[in-house]
Amino acid sequence: MTTNRERHVERSPSASYDCSKFDLWQAQLYMDSSCLLASLHGSDTLLFADMQHRDPMLQKRDEFEDMLEERRNSSDLRYALRCYTPVLYKGVTPCTAGALKNMVLQSAQIHFVIGQVSNETGRAVDDIQEEASAILEEMAHSLQLSTVRFFAFTLSKVFKTLFRSICVNEEGIQRLQQAIQEHPVVLLPSHRSYMDFLLMSYILYTYDLALPVIAAGMDFMGMKFVGEMLRMSGAFFIRRSFGGDKLYWAVFSEYVKTMLKNGFAPVEFFLEGTRSRTSKSLTPKLGLLNIAMDPFLKGEVFDVHLVPVSISYERILEEALYARELLGVPKPKESTSGLFKARKVLSEDYGSIHVYFGQPVSVRRLSQGKVDRGQFNLTPRHIPKRPSEEIHSFVNDSAYGLVRAQEENMVLKPWVLLASLLLQNHHGDQASGRARGMALDELTEQAVWLRDLSRQYGAFLHWPDHVPPPEVVSSSLSLHRGLVTITEGRVQLASEQGEPPPVGPEEELLRQAVTVLSCVSYRNQALHVFLRPALLASAVHAASSSGKQEIFNSFSFLRNMFSNEFILCPGATVQDFEEACFLLVKTGALHVSQQEVVVTERGHRTLAFLTSVLDPFLQGYQVRVRSRLRYTEVLSSDLQKNALAALLRLGAVRKIKGYVGFDHPRVPVGSVEYARPRARLKLHHLEFISTNESVWFVAIRVSTDVKQQLRPYSAFGGKHEVFIRIMNEFIQIMNEFIRPTDFMMSDSFAVFFSSETLLLKCSGACWSDGEAERRARL
Amino acid sequence: MSCLNFNVSHVLSQLNLCQYLPFHRQEIMKWNGWGYSDSRFLFNKKGQAEFTGKRYKLSGMIIPGLKEWFEGTFGANLQHKSPPILNSSAVRPPTLNEAFVEELKSTGVPFSHDAEDRVFRAYGHCVHEIFALREGRIGRVPDLVVWPNCHNDVVKIVELACKHNVCLIPYGGGTSVSSALECPSEETRSIVSLDTSQMNRILWIDEKNLTAHVEAGIVGQDLERLLNESGYCTGHEPDSMEFSSLGGWVATRASGMKKNIYGNIEDLVVHIKMVTPRGVIEKSCQGPRMSTGPDVHHFILGSEGTLGVVTEVTMKIRPMPEYQKYGSVVFPNFEQGVACLREVAKQVTPDFYLIFSSGHALKPQVSSIFTSFLDGLKKIYITKFKGFDPNRLCVATLLFEGNREKVLQHEKQVYDIAAKFGGLAAGEDNGQRGYMLTFVIAYLRDLGMDYYVMGESFETSVPWDRVLDICQNVKARIVHECKERGVQFTPLSTCRVTQTYDAGACVYFYFGFNYRGLSDPVHVYEQVEHAAREEILANGGSLSHHHGVGKLRKEWMSETVSNVGIGMLKSVKDYVDPNNIFGNRNLF
Repeated sequence: MTTNRERHVERSPSASYDCSKFDLWQAQLYMDSSCLLASLHGSDTLLFADMQHRDPMLQKRDEFEDMLEERRNSSDLRYALRCYTPVLYKGVTPCTAGALKNMVLQSAQIHFVIGQVSNETGRAVDDIQEEASAILEEMAHSLQLSTVRFFAFTLSKVFKTLFRSICVNEEGIQRLQQAIQEHPVVLLPSHRSYMDFLLMSYILYTYDLALPVIAAGMDFMGMKFVGEMLRMSGAFFIRRSFGGDKLYWAVFSEYVKTMLKNGFAPVEFFLEGTRSRTSKSLTPKLGLLNIAMDPFLKGEVFDVHLVPVSISYERILEEALYARELLGVPKPKESTSGLFKARKVLSEDYGSIHVYFGQPVSVRRLSQGKVDRGQFNLTPRHIPKRPSEEIHSFVNDSAYGLVRAQEENMVLKPWVLLASLLLQNHHGDQASGRARGMALDELTEQAVWLRDLSRQYGAFLHWPDHVPPPEVVSSSLSLHRGLVTITEGRVQLASEQGEPPPVGPEEELLRQAVTVLSCVSYRNQALHVFLRPALLASAVHAASSSGKQEIFNSFSFLRNMFSNEFILCPGATVQDFEEACFLLVKTGALHVSQQEVVVTERGHRTLAFLTSVLDPFLQGYQVRVRSRLRYTEVLSSDLQKNALAALLRLGAVRKIKGYVGFDHPRVPVGSVEYARPRARLKLHHLEFISTNESVWFVAIRVSTDVKQQLRPYSAFGGKHEVFIRIMNEFIQIMNEFIRPTDFMMSDSFAVFFSSETLLLKCSGACWSDGEAERRARL
Repeated sequence: MSCLNFNVSHVLSQLNLCQYLPFHRQEIMKWNGWGYSDSRFLFNKKGQAEFTGKRYKLSGMIIPGLKEWFEGTFGANLQHKSPPILNSSAVRPPTLNEAFVEELKSTGVPFSHDAEDRVFRAYGHCVHEIFALREGRIGRVPDLVVWPNCHNDVVKIVELACKHNVCLIPYGGGTSVSSALECPSEETRSIVSLDTSQMNRILWIDEKNLTAHVEAGIVGQDLERLLNESGYCTGHEPDSMEFSSLGGWVATRASGMKKNIYGNIEDLVVHIKMVTPRGVIEKSCQGPRMSTGPDVHHFILGSEGTLGVVTEVTMKIRPMPEYQKYGSVVFPNFEQGVACLREVAKQVTPDFYLIFSSGHALKPQVSSIFTSFLDGLKKIYITKFKGFDPNRLCVATLLFEGNREKVLQHEKQVYDIAAKFGGLAAGEDNGQRGYMLTFVIAYLRDLGMDYYVMGESFETSVPWDRVLDICQNVKARIVHECKERGVQFTPLSTCRVTQTYDAGACVYFYFGFNYRGLSDPVHVYEQVEHAAREEILANGGSLSHHHGVGKLRKEWMSETVSNVGIGMLKSVKDYVDPNNIFGNRNLF
């Protein structure tokens, strides 16, 4: 410690500041780890039972049935018109959309809030009532069986064309049916595609279950006709943000609660809030979950059951769209005509879909011992109140648990493993500067190895064991031929053949990045399987010794750092560490004793694989001294967004009036403005250090102002000279404000130009080889 | 309309009253069950249910529907009997404080250390207490029973107890359902049960002020009978009034069925005299209300025998009602019934009406405590008023008392309100029966215990807006917990609203289950009741409306009244009884 500190001081005057932070943080870790040790010394049997419980291998999963099979053999029309009589909660009679609106408008909560708003603003009560009514009108669903039948018919046709099969676990359906009868039910599907909610309703209709009402983003309303169709099939629309609008919140929450409490229909929403463009689960949004749990917490219903649903697509319809979006090509606005243009997708093979209805989770059971429901005893329950700290953390924990439950039942296809391997190989190639690809038999061998490993980690892998591995590999590759090329028995990542040749090097780069990011999204599907072991592997890798404490500290640091990136339940550091140890010990990769964590002889391969799983993310969060851009995937705006969120959370940077500003002793606090004729730049410097003193996390970000200025040149479509000039100006500014000696910036730094519109990653003073060449050409 | 051919003209006339309680209560009362020894339900040789004895209107009658209901609701079987094991010899010999006994002898106050007397006073009527007695498991019991005859006897006994450090547990009617009478197992001193039953006189009646000064050991039925002889009544009629005592009412903050007319015990008492280890506490006058700091009566009301013995009470009395009218209303469902009760509580001045019960009284499982009586009625209603789902309808029982004109006026008002909530007047007979049933229901539990069925009722008070939610959630919790704990038969889990207030209501829950196949049914029972109580608290219900805390609900006291509240109570206890002479350890 002392030597570390001295070296810090030598290097930079800021070190003492950083160190104090570092120490605090260490102290925190020691506290954490004392808990860990206590638990390790605890009763052996208890620990064992715990471990058994956590061993993912022991998880029982249901069998799947293909629901398209019947559709291929019988009339779609008859299916769409068949008798549909779902069983409802405690046999309630369904309520018309109009009656439901009345119930909401007459509720005590709406009355109260209307009165409150009237008092605050001086507006007439009638006026506000009308506004509430208008909000409800805009929001409310108008579920109609005829529309559902229309969708049942058309979707049957569409699904049969697009997909080979739609597999559903029927036991899950039975559990759901049971749950719907006994308790209000909330359906929580994962969100990877626009398809998700149509698919959900389609499945429930097919199995004669109550049709859900679905919370949808307002953006759908942009598609006039389609928006109304969706409304009539059970969607209700909520604004993406309504900040402090009390009335909106009241109407919205009362609407959801009324449907839930009375059990008129299962309520469905996406915990992740939006479609994950990366196939990696997004950290959960709590608003709707809060509302859904409220009736239970306030004692208005005996229980609420939450059903996580995992929808896994073998190929996502929006695959290439997402990659472009992540690279800053603007997301096309939802429009009806856009939807029709998307017809092109109809001609392709998208493999199969697996939908797994998870075990219903009882909110009552979940809250046992965690929430004191008595806290609502002293104020009338219809008066809206900000959730207490206790409830907030309960809802947060539950949300993470539910997203993990979704992850656990995601079906992985062999291609996911291949994509992981090909990506790692691709990065290796890039580092060595040669694009050689991977021999097919080598790929097969590695895939089989990875198959076994992932199974041991509890992956829900659909690998056809009766088919010889080479065939599995080749059929997977052929389904995804848009992303790989096979030449002379070697496989490598490449963009689709046959497209018109790229217009310039930028387009070439973009196209390459799209391919990589598409692949990344497949690899990401398996991330949750490897995440905890990978964090441990990286911690082992980074640690200077095999001391368990140090490795734990490192693990904890990484885990904390990545908690915006991955689904890591808050406060579960010790459990995650134990789980990671357990898995790696079980597979013989590590030997863990009371004091030490040692990599075994055969463990090196596993650890190398795991470390490289996490490596792109590590790179994305840092610019390492004297290193070059290696992973194209750090261009992903998702990664940058998460990195920034993490740095903010960790206190490395601060938000100042909506901007991220300096927080460094040598640079005045506040955003730095630099006016130039063409670009008004706001520079933001983010900086953080790891446990390992030699690694500095530095990222520099340009604010949205710059983005506005640079928009004409986005996606390399504009004039290169202008762009380069701005770049150079920028580098000058950087040098003015951040002296090389402070951060050794002269060696390298990274610039992310805006997150959404334009992305260019370059290596400051010395460009990476490839880019330097290209720059020379320009 | 009725399936039984008897009439009840007045609720109290059904009680064939005995004159006062004897020293050895076990001579006329069950020591391991409810009420009089000669009155009990049984299934006769023909398999018909019968109520024995001569004391009640129901006595000597066959109750036709009971067997079916009993078997249907609990899955009980008449072949599976679980009779009590009679084993009163298991009582441990008394630990006597010789010096205390010697001095007690010289005062001339009667006492006994006979095993039967001691066991009788060791328990209340919680399920676990009765179950243990039936199985012949007898734990710590009082070592001595004393029968003071008047206030001065009590003063002497308390002085002696202080002098010799003897633990005193006051004993009134013995109808506690909160483990309040249980002797703390950790008590090493000699425990003396102070039986107040011989202090049972009305000392005077003041017709000018309409008050009566009464010794606290008098039981409800005697008090009412004696007052009636002079043309008065107190109007305080808890379900247990046949056996519970005035002192007990004061010590637990009791509530009666007619409280909407007459008030609860705290509204009825004008003056209280209590003997404590520090001396006698009483107010200096009988003024109807005082502003003299916190009301010291409220240290006594609800003190549950932890501070002293209540010896004499001045109570408000009223002339016997000129006119009385029963009534009942059938509602299509419980929700409507509750909404109606709420509206009635809002609109009708509470002076002369009473709404006493609404519950799933006719719902097969539920009602069916009442089914035998109401079967015929139910059929008529189902046919007569189509649209009432027989499984959901519920009945409210009414009693109007007072001046004839007012009664009729209020009756109309109440029925009008009821009609707005879909309620249909269901006649006087049903009202009367519902009222009368209160007194025999308690006997039913003993019948259940003969056939592996265990049951109990518990209560709470809750704001109006939570009544329906709490009913739904607690009932569901009971069913849920039974399932979790391996109870093989669906339990009886039901409720009724028994009292209405301006700001809320009192709700009773009934819980019974067939415990065949369970190795430790009492434990299961206790766990379920515990869970149900947690559910009540989580849903905004109180720890108790009138049963009290005793030792059964002690664990929730501090969260109920806050730590400061507990501190206040404790500091009173520390001052009044520093040596814990009144050592029953109730409340906290």
